Amino acid sequence: MITALWIMIALAALLGMILGYASIRFRVEGNPLAEKIDAVLPQTQCGQCGYPGCKPYAEAIAKGEADINLCPPGGEEGIHKLAELLGVEFKPFGENAQPKPKAVAFIDEQTCIGCTLCIQACPVDAISGAAKQMHTIIAAECTGCELCVPPCPVDCISMVPIEEQLTNWKWRYPVFKLRQTS
Amino acid sequence: MTRLHSFHGGIHPLTHKKESTQSPIISAPLPAQLIVPFRQHAGDAAKPVVQVGERVLKGQLIGEPVGMISSSIHAPTSGTITAIELQQIAHPSALPDLCATLVPDGLDEWGVRQPLNYRQLSSDELQKHLRRCGIVGLGGAAFPSDMKLSHPVVVDTLVINGAECEPYITCDDMLMRERAEGIVRGIEILRHALGTDSVLIGIEDNKPQAIAAMQRAVDDSSHPFKVVTVPTLYPGGSAKHLIKVLTGVEVPSGKLPTDVGVQCFNVATAYAAHRAVEHGEPLVSRVVTVTGNVEQPRNYEALIGTPFSDLVALSVAKPDTNRYIMGGPMMGVELPAVNVPLVKASNCVIAASDALFPPPPAPMPCIRCTRCAQVCPVELQPQDLFWFAQSHNFGKAQEFDLFDCIECGACAYVCPSSIPLVQYYRYAKSEIRARDLEKRAADLARERHEFRQFRIEREKQEKAERLAQKERAAAEAKAAAATVIATPVDPTADADDTQQMRIDAALARAKEQAAAATPKNTEALTPEQRAEIEAIEARRAHIHELAADAGADDEPPKHSQGN
Repeated sequence: MITALWIMIALAALLGMILGYASIRFRVEGNPLAEKIDAVLPQTQCGQCGYPGCKPYAEAIAKGEADINLCPPGGEEGIHKLAELLGVEFKPFGENAQPKPKAVAFIDEQTCIGCTLCIQACPVDAISGAAKQMHTIIAAECTGCELCVPPCPVDCISMVPIEEQLTNWKWRYPVFKLRQTS
Repeated sequence: MTRLHSFHGGIHPLTHKKESTQSPIISAPLPAQLIVPFRQHAGDAAKPVVQVGERVLKGQLIGEPVGMISSSIHAPTSGTITAIELQQIAHPSALPDLCATLVPDGLDEWGVRQPLNYRQLSSDELQKHLRRCGIVGLGGAAFPSDMKLSHPVVVDTLVINGAECEPYITCDDMLMRERAEGIVRGIEILRHALGTDSVLIGIEDNKPQAIAAMQRAVDDSSHPFKVVTVPTLYPGGSAKHLIKVLTGVEVPSGKLPTDVGVQCFNVATAYAAHRAVEHGEPLVSRVVTVTGNVEQPRNYEALIGTPFSDLVALSVAKPDTNRYIMGGPMMGVELPAVNVPLVKASNCVIAASDALFPPPPAPMPCIRCTRCAQVCPVELQPQDLFWFAQSHNFGKAQEFDLFDCIECGACAYVCPSSIPLVQYYRYAKSEIRARDLEKRAADLARERHEFRQFRIEREKQEKAERLAQKERAAAEAKAAAATVIATPVDPTADADDTQQMRIDAALARAKEQAAAATPKNTEALTPEQRAEIEAIEARRAHIHELAADAGADDEPPKHSQGN
C-alpha cells in the first residue's frame, strides 16, 4: 500500500517536472490565436473596426472584447472565415459597417499643395512625396483604407474603384436559365 | 519502332477534320485594316514603341517585351498606325485590351530581314533572337518560346507536337503536309538551342498524309529525328500527355516537362522558328482553320490582326450561323464579336449554329456515376471537384489537385447530366488565383504597416536620445561655467534649473542677435542731421508745454448732444 503510494507520488513529481520543463522550453511567444486571426484579416489597416489597425483588432477578438463583424474590407467572407476559425456563429454586418467595392486612392496632382498630411496618415507608406513637392499614390501598395482622405486640406484625394480588366478578370459562377415547362 | 505508352482515360469525339483538309492553304487577302493586340502571349503585355500616324514596314517592331515572360509584337504588313487604343479582343470576358490599328498601304514592304546561321549561334543568342522575333507557342497557349529554351536542367528529349487532337482543327495537319521541310529545319534549330540528342515527332494516326510528308522531310534532311504515329485519342495533343505516350515519362503534378528532361514544341512553333532564324522574319502571320458552318471550310495563312469577320467572309458563313468559337469545340472560347482580330494563339475559328452544335440540355444533378473520372486524362476525380467548386469549397478543391486539370472538357463531354463541369473548374481556379493575389497583397500591407510602426518608434527614440544628449551637453556647460566663477555648484541642480538656465541663455542670445542685426537709425549721424533732430525735439517740447498749459486752463471740449 505504502509502496504504491510512493510510486504514484514519485511518478506525479516526475511527470510534473517534465511538464514544467516543457512549458518553459517550448514556450510560444505572443498569442497564437491573435496571429491566426490577423492572418485572416485583410490588412487594410483602415481602423473601421474602431481599433488602430488589424493587429489590435485581432488581439481584441482573441480576448473576446470585439465582435467578428466589424471589418467591412474583409467582406462577408471574412466574417465566415473568422466564424470558422473561432467556432462561433456567422454574424451579418451592422447598419453602419457595410463593405464597399475595392478602391485605391488617387491624388489630383494639379491640386496637391505638398502638405505631407496624407503621407503621415497612410498606414502602409503607400504615398510618396515630400514637403512642398507633389505627392502621389503607389497604387500597388494602396490598401484602400481611406485614411488619407480626411486630412487633406485641399480635398485632392479621391477613392477610385478598381475596375475589371483583363488582368483581374475572373470566370463567373455558371448560371443557367431554367426552361419553362407549362 | 518506338514503344508507345498510354495515358488514363481520353475520349473519341467525331474529328470533323476532313472538311477543311480538302484544299491547300491559301493566303488570305490583305484586309482593310489590321488590329494588333499588344497582349498576344502568356505573361506581360508588350509596350508600344510606335506613334500614331507613323508609317511602319512589314515586320517592324511595334511592341517590345516587358519583363521576363513577354514577347515582341510586329507590324504584320507595311502601312500607317492610325490608332493605339483599347479594342475588343478574342477573350471570353469581352473586355477590351490595348491594340494598334494598322491601315495597310498595299505594298506589303518588308523591313530589314537578317537571316542567321543558327549553327554559329549559342542557345542564349538564339533565345534572344526568338524573343525579338516574337515567337510564341502556336499550339494555343502562346507561351514565349525563348523561355521554353532557357532551362536550368539537362533536357535529353525534344518532343514535337503534331498530334492536333482536337476536333475540327487542321492547321497543323495542313502545315505538315505542305511545309514539312521548313518544320524539320525549325526542329533542328530548336534541337540545337536545347542541346538534345533525341527528337520525337508525335503525329496522330488520323493524319496519314502529314505523317508521310514529315517522314519524307526527315529522311531528306538526314537528321536523326523519329516520326512517331500515335493513336488518335483526345486529349493526346496535350503536351504532358504526348510526352507520356512517346516517352513513358509522366510529368509530376506541379512540375514542368523540363523537370523530367523533356521539352515540347508545336510543329507550327518550329516552323515559325525556322522563318525567324533562317529568313529573319518575325512572327506576323499564321495558318488558321476556318470551318464549321461555312460553305468552304479550309486553312488560310492570315496576317496577325486580321479581323475574324474577314476570314469568315472568305469561307462564306451559312446564314444560320449565330456564334463563333476560337479554338476547337472542346476547349475553345466563344468570340465576343466576329470582328475581333486573329492573334498568335488563334489556330481555328468555327462558325457555329444551333443545328451544328445543339444547345446542351439543362444540367441535371450529378448522380455520381464517375464516368468523368473514367475519362479524365489527369486521373482526377471530376465529380468531387465539381462538388467543391459548386459549393465554393476552394481549399478542398485545391487539395484534390484542381490545378492539374487541363480543362480538356472530356468530363463534360461524357457527363450524362450534361453538367458544364469545365465552367465550374474555371470559376474555382480563377477565384483561387484572385484569393492568392489578395493574400499576397495583405501580407505585403501587413509587412509595410509593421515596418512603419517600427520606423515611427525608432524615430521617437532617436529624438529622445538627441534631446537627452543636448541636455547633457548643457549641464556640462553649466558645470564648466560654475567652476570658472568658482561658485559651488549645487549638486542637486535639477531639471528645472537646467530649463531656466536654457531659457535665460536663449533670451540673452536673442537680445544679442537683435542688437547685432539692426543698428538703430539714430546712430552714426552727420552733424547737420543731429542739429535738425535737436531742432525738431525742441519744437516738440515747446508744443508739449503749450498743450500742458492749455489743459491746465480749461477742460478739453466735450461733444454735446445738442450740436
